[in-house]
Amino acid sequence: MSTDVNFTEFKSDEQPTWCPGCGDFGTMNGIMRALANKGTPPKDTFVAAGIGCSGKIGTYMRAYALHGVHGRALPVATGVKLANPDLEVIAAGGDGDGYSIGTNHFIHAVRRNVNVTYVVMDNRIYGLTKGQASPTSHEDFETGTTPEGPKQPPVNPLALALAAGGTFIAQSFSSDARRHVEILEQAMEHDGFSLVNTFSPCVTFNDVDTYDYYKDAIVDLADDEDFDRTDYDQAKEKILDRDAEYIGVLYEDEDRPSYAQAHDVSGDMSRLDETPPDGVKDLVDEFY
Amino acid sequence: MHEDLNWAIGGEAGDGIDSTGKIFARALARSGRHVFTSKDFASRIRGGYTAYKLRTSVDEVQSVVDRLDILIALTERTVEENLDELHDDSVIIYDGEQAGMSNFEAPEGMTGLSVPLSDLAEEAGGAIMRNVVALGAVCEVAGFDVEFLDEALEKRFGDKGSSIVENNKKAARLGAEFVAEEFEETFPYDLETTDNDYLLLNGDEAIGLGAIAGGCRFYAGYPITPATNVMEYLVGRIEKFGGHVVQAEDELAAVNMALGGARAGARSMTATSGPGIDLMSEAFGLVAQSETPLVIANVMRSGPSTGMPTKQEQGDLNMMLYGGHGEIPRFVITPTTIADTFHKTVEAFNLAEKYQIPVYLSIDLAMAVTEQTVDPDEFDIDAIEIDRGNFVREDEVEQWQDDQGRFQPHLPTEDGISPRTVPGTEGGIHMSTGLEHNELGRRTEDVDDRVEQVDKRERKVETAREREDFSPREFGDPDADTLVIGWGSTEGAMIEALDFLAEDDISVRYLSVPYIYPRPDLTEAVQEAETVIVAEANATGQFADIVEHDVLERVDRINKYTGVRFKADELAEEIKDILSEPSEVIA
Ligand SMILES: Cc1ncc(C[n+]2csc(CCOP(=O)(O)OP(=O)(O)O)c2C)c(N)n1
Ligand code: SF4
Repeated sequence: MSTDVNFTEFKSDEQPTWCPGCGDFGTMNGIMRALANKGTPPKDTFVAAGIGCSGKIGTYMRAYALHGVHGRALPVATGVKLANPDLEVIAAGGDGDGYSIGTNHFIHAVRRNVNVTYVVMDNRIYGLTKGQASPTSHEDFETGTTPEGPKQPPVNPLALALAAGGTFIAQSFSSDARRHVEILEQAMEHDGFSLVNTFSPCVTFNDVDTYDYYKDAIVDLADDEDFDRTDYDQAKEKILDRDAEYIGVLYEDEDRPSYAQAHDVSGDMSRLDETPPDGVKDLVDEFY
Repeated sequence: MHEDLNWAIGGEAGDGIDSTGKIFARALARSGRHVFTSKDFASRIRGGYTAYKLRTSVDEVQSVVDRLDILIALTERTVEENLDELHDDSVIIYDGEQAGMSNFEAPEGMTGLSVPLSDLAEEAGGAIMRNVVALGAVCEVAGFDVEFLDEALEKRFGDKGSSIVENNKKAARLGAEFVAEEFEETFPYDLETTDNDYLLLNGDEAIGLGAIAGGCRFYAGYPITPATNVMEYLVGRIEKFGGHVVQAEDELAAVNMALGGARAGARSMTATSGPGIDLMSEAFGLVAQSETPLVIANVMRSGPSTGMPTKQEQGDLNMMLYGGHGEIPRFVITPTTIADTFHKTVEAFNLAEKYQIPVYLSIDLAMAVTEQTVDPDEFDIDAIEIDRGNFVREDEVEQWQDDQGRFQPHLPTEDGISPRTVPGTEGGIHMSTGLEHNELGRRTEDVDDRVEQVDKRERKVETAREREDFSPREFGDPDADTLVIGWGSTEGAMIEALDFLAEDDISVRYLSVPYIYPRPDLTEAVQEAETVIVAEANATGQFADIVEHDVLERVDRINKYTGVRFKADELAEEIKDILSEPSEVIA
């Protein structure tokens, strides 16, 4: 693959309708940079997105993309990647999209370990529907649908991924561009399913999980020399520690084979002759 | 002498009923006889009773009848369950030495043959072969050379090693010899054989075979009766053609994965049954809106909700025609025979890609689980063509770009069919969405764009109506005053019903409809007829409603919703009733 891909090639000529200052800008720019750094051209990139402000990402990127229905980006991404393993497949969406309506797909995509990079723009709120509690909202987060807070603990997506057998579990912050790109590049390089839960603040509806809040709360695991991301127990400890907002790669398992390896799926399925191959006649003969 | 023979094996679930039935069916097919099978699984009464039934004749058989000539009864219950169908010439083969069967006596007038199935099986190498011993006994009773079983046994047990195959052959012979030596009776059956060699397969297998032949390479599904066999058929076979099957976590995932596969350019499919179709209807709109070619097979069972999972019904027509919110262009194809299912599956993939539209391909449980002999000529692979429609490659992409070099995946062309590129194609980059969009695929709420795109999508259906042949299949007397219309698997029983009616000098014109949408124009046929009857396996007459709607004329209806397939004689009776008096429903 060529390495002379410029990240501006990934910019669509469509103007994003995200609110000025929305974290999704940084999240998307990071994805474009990481793709360019990797040398993947837009024509070989597929972005599968869900519904929500975050789901619009496929609209604003220049790549093959599908902006599908709420919560189903991961199955779409899975189908695309299996049908053509040569593509760089990114699935993207919000915390509501991925950890609420799409939770079942999330757990199973992790287990399946298809080589897809899943970027969740976690703003701890439903943005597009104008500010209801999301699965990652704090217990006491007051919104129109939860006037006294959800009164239930937030989902821990990283822990779900770890429990489901995740092989690449990371967290990043959309406004820390350098680290965000670094983490995404590693996620794309990982052969298997990669989760990058990205803090992507909603400046319009969430006045708790703000840029300022994250700047104070974030702990970058890159600064911790003792941390070994391939050590399951260390990863577990960090992931279950909800008092800090960690960024970095919390866990990577390079030994577990990806779905394609385990199931021996390779090759582009889009190529097709105008007549069925000879082997089909043998299939007919099986019925004698 | 009977022209056809009706046979069954029945026992408890887990007794190897199905595989024994298949071995016999295969042997009959190899002997040049036609076979039509049916299964009783999950019976009317609680418990594990299960039976495999088959009807065989040198002529084509397309339906079941209420008669049972030879029965292998592994349990007493098997006889009780089938008492109505047994008659004076019936022969019941059982093992009187088996627990629970020692006091069994064949009902008055019938012949009971107590064969020590397990003992003879032990002698051949293991008690597990008792069903094969029974099959050998059946051969002797039916006047059918036991050697015809050999090939079927090789096929069934070949991968377990040659000694297992040999033991089974021996078991069959011991069964046949026992009957020949121990019983004085001469049996009224003598099966004729021919030089023909038929294929034997069921509707689900016909979908699987048609899918691979039609270029399907990616399948995602979630198990559900009676569609699971499609997936089981494909696994282990599709890989040889560079394809893959994924078992998804649910139907929402299955259809979205298949959609992903299709967007990557692979011919993709999912198969499910009613409850799964409900779940897929969300993505169904997305498939149509993003103009993705996708085949969704709906193997219908009895509903609503989880209904009767192992029972027959043609109840999902409205769901397939109207399901999903908003207005969704689609094709609905309902093959009428097993060979037709194979061809229509191939066609479904071609239509999906030519018109970039979701295609429902639907058979019902009766056909899905029925193994039937078919003429190999009907499976001519060389005749298959794969038409990918307006699939645009890199060197032709330019003509489909706008003046800024942007590809237009939803260009409102005259015929409504836009160009399509897949990822990896330089110059064809685009995004697709379930939102309303313009020709570039970008979101719009502009009035003109909206109308243009709705019209464009509908125009594809109009184009298909002009370009494709959606004719009904025609049988019977074209000039008859009575017209019967059916769709899907009703065809076999109805064709045989024509013979029953002919015996009473009733001539009927019969139209079997394999395309529900777009569908043939039946106006002329309906107007020409004096009596019009629509026969279908549902309670409300979903297709009858459509005919009335299209033709603006009332029709008579035959509706069966017992969960049991149509039988030829019963259909004939119903038609006679309607011809003699106003209609009534069979329940
Ligand atoms: C089936 C379905 N249910 C509900 C909605 C309405 N809806 C649109 S976006 C959304 C939540 C989005 O939240 P999140 O995923 O966190 O994304 P954000 O907008 O915050 O980026 C909901 C409930 C929908 N489009 N489809
Ligand atoms: S509402 Fe929130 S999430 Fe949506 S665009 Fe505005 S800032 Fe971003």
